[in-house]
Amino acid sequence: MSLFEATDIGVSFGGVRALHDVSFSVEQGEIFSIMGPNGAGKTTVFNLISRFYDLDQGDMLLDGESIRKLAPHQIAERGIARTFQNTELFENETVLQNLLTAHHTHRQTSFLAEMAFLPKVRKQELRFREKVEDIIDLLDLQSYREQRINSLPFGVRKIVELGRALSLEPKLLLLDEPSSGLNPEETEDLSFWIEDINEELGITVIMVEHDMNLLGQVSARVMALSDGELLTVGTPDEVRAHPDVVKAYLGE
Amino acid sequence: MDSISLATFIQLLVTGISHGCLYGLVALGFVLIYKATEMVNFAQGDIMMLGAFIAFTLASGLGFAYIPVVILTILFMAAFGIALESAVIRPMIGEPPFAVLMLTIGLGFVLRAVAGMIWGHDEKEFDTPYSIDPLLIGEVSLDYEQLVVVGVTILLCLGLWTFLRFTKFGVAIQAASQNQLAAAYVGIPVRRVVAITWALATAIAGVAALLVAPLQLIYPGIGFVVGIKAFVAAIVGGFGSLAGALIGGICIGLVEQFVGYMFEGAYGETSVYVLLLLMLFIRPQGLIATLQRKKV
Amino acid sequence: MRFVLKTNYGQDINHFLHNGQRFWYGLLIAALLLAPFFVDRFYVGELTYLLIWVIAGTGLMLLIGYTGLVSMGHAAFMAIGAYAHAVLFKLGFPFGISLLMAGLVSGFLGAVIGIAALRMTGIYLAVATISFAFIIEKIVGEWTSVTGGHRGFVVPEPVMFGIDFGSDMSFYYLCLGVVIVAVMLVLNLLRSPMGRAMIAVRDSEISAQAMGVNLVETKTLAFTLSAFFTGLAGALYSHKIGMLFPENFTIFMSIKLLILVVVGGIGSMHGIVFGAIFISILPQVIAIVRDFLPTVIAQRRGLEPLVFGSILLLFLIYEPLGLYGRWVKIRAYFTQFPLYRRATFKRQKSYLRTERVH
Repeated sequence: MSLFEATDIGVSFGGVRALHDVSFSVEQGEIFSIMGPNGAGKTTVFNLISRFYDLDQGDMLLDGESIRKLAPHQIAERGIARTFQNTELFENETVLQNLLTAHHTHRQTSFLAEMAFLPKVRKQELRFREKVEDIIDLLDLQSYREQRINSLPFGVRKIVELGRALSLEPKLLLLDEPSSGLNPEETEDLSFWIEDINEELGITVIMVEHDMNLLGQVSARVMALSDGELLTVGTPDEVRAHPDVVKAYLGE
Repeated sequence: MDSISLATFIQLLVTGISHGCLYGLVALGFVLIYKATEMVNFAQGDIMMLGAFIAFTLASGLGFAYIPVVILTILFMAAFGIALESAVIRPMIGEPPFAVLMLTIGLGFVLRAVAGMIWGHDEKEFDTPYSIDPLLIGEVSLDYEQLVVVGVTILLCLGLWTFLRFTKFGVAIQAASQNQLAAAYVGIPVRRVVAITWALATAIAGVAALLVAPLQLIYPGIGFVVGIKAFVAAIVGGFGSLAGALIGGICIGLVEQFVGYMFEGAYGETSVYVLLLLMLFIRPQGLIATLQRKKV
Repeated sequence: MRFVLKTNYGQDINHFLHNGQRFWYGLLIAALLLAPFFVDRFYVGELTYLLIWVIAGTGLMLLIGYTGLVSMGHAAFMAIGAYAHAVLFKLGFPFGISLLMAGLVSGFLGAVIGIAALRMTGIYLAVATISFAFIIEKIVGEWTSVTGGHRGFVVPEPVMFGIDFGSDMSFYYLCLGVVIVAVMLVLNLLRSPMGRAMIAVRDSEISAQAMGVNLVETKTLAFTLSAFFTGLAGALYSHKIGMLFPENFTIFMSIKLLILVVVGGIGSMHGIVFGAIFISILPQVIAIVRDFLPTVIAQRRGLEPLVFGSILLLFLIYEPLGLYGRWVKIRAYFTQFPLYRRATFKRQKSYLRTERVH
């Protein structure tokens, strides 16, 4: 059984079909990429999985269970984390607080216990903190730990957002254009991190990406979309050479 | 409810609509500013109050005739809008909406206090050439003041709609509101557009003031209550739509009059707020929806 | 400048980072405990008002400053707390119980409004809460059999465990106790997952959801707790004013609370205290200044709202982080002297991009 499976999913906004009849499946442990020109519906796929949009047709399965009726926060509880194209961090908080927030799904205390700050709350906080420190080590964020997000450059924010998604300890990670806004050096670091995340932490990754190098380097399979329709699925080289894909990017 | 005579019914209807038009006019000011800058001006009612006192001073204090009073008041209010924008609002561009909201609340406070200090707190009367005996049709007696409110509101709305839809400037307002930075890049003078929008909104408040002054007595607190009801009107209509503001205004004007009649005057005003809460429960996007979820 | 060598993660969780902080806050509490023995009775009364404002401010700050939900009708919760407590206490409930129940009744109504508010943001919520406050004011005014309406409601003397808290001094200590407990509870919440969830909702609803934060639960809880604390403040306030009228709890009180939060410093617990001091002291200062003003201005009504409004405007334009923000800057100036750069606190401006359809 695949870890994630989408069958004939589709959605339209005000009569415009943003996505229709798209089916794909992602295997446990793989890095699956989605590419396509602007407006192809890549981010829409993510917003459907995150349940920010309702599906008009089709179904989505995680571990064989449908997630199409869940609330957005339940998606996180099921172990799906994501990043955003232009970053959506908690701007007025520190990097540390941002990463700690992602542990919300692992919370085992009630607000009453938290207000009294019972020993179990302190213990939980220490546990969260240790895990967050592991992520900070992994992504080399030590020097930014106590800095507020709104004072950080965009490249660092992207990494912090990746860190925040990892703090959720997901089984499936959705990365929305992780390399956009990064310089070549940062992009290279990123490709190593994505591989580490995938191999060492065993997290399955779905990635929307424009950078062909990054795509070819890390992902096993690529899905190409254009105008809300699926063009092809295959290895990066196959997809790049596919006539429909070439046509979608370059025109007739 | 006791059976209600036709004459009373029509009278309530006209009063409701004319009050509603007033709320709608003030709401138009909100909506205009909101459409251009996405700022919410809570002081719109108090700006109207200021206009009413200006008209009163021109007429009673300085002895101007009615027509010059109308023209001067509107001009003064437009100038006031530009001054206000450059002194208080411009520093707030790019600040979070909450800060702007608080700012305009503070502004309303200051305007009320200043008006109270200049003109005092006793109620003032403002007469117009059409403040004459009511029009009698059968048993129905209709005040000319009320009819004028309705007429002027309709004309003003049509004018405003044409202006926004078909003039270059109207389109510039819309562009500036969609994306300030992009609008500036394509050569729209965003600052001037915003300043003129404020002038337009305060001028409309001036018109509302000229209409409300003969209908009610003028006192510093008059703008606050009208302002909040206008706000409710804007929300009921779906914030960001001119037609919605007017429809919303008329809705609450009618509800207020009829509920007030049913309970002998006790709950008219409260019913407006109940209506708002109900509305927000049932259809929070308003009658004409303009807001959608943030894109990521 | 002080550098703290951290040796374990627990230090970051503690309320006090080092002994210096412990010392100063200890001194503050000691000063508050001893204050009634050294100041005039009148000032004990004024200090009590200050403490009540701090409790109400704690409630509103949690909602506005930490969850990002604007309520412009918090006077309603003060009213609900005040009347619920006064009525229950008069019916014979023990003081402590009726105080707590007043908070709970207010909290319950806060939850109702919170649930209604789930689909609203920003300005919609602000107007909805104003409307709620107007409705509550009307109900209080019309429900004469319970509230006494506009004729007023006499609040009985506070007696708990047979101790009369009616004296200025004992009531002061009662309020001080409630303040300390309330502030501790909120501070604890803010260093726990739920508090972080609230802050997450404030900064980005969408990404809060993506991180597993339940919006319904978080917003409703924020409203409930906020109304609870404000209701508690209202209950204490009822004893302080002795006689309740609907006119005590108008929109102007709501706005005064908003001024407290904004001028004190949005999103900061210190700000509540600064804000409460501000709104307590300002009327006194105005009264003193009035003597020096020419009679034409001094005798006019409206000087107080004028000053309140102007100060609010000045803060929003020049110091949106409030008194606490100003204090942080001044402190930074001295600790980093002569290296302080103004750019450290430069605000980022954003340009408007709407999400509207038309």
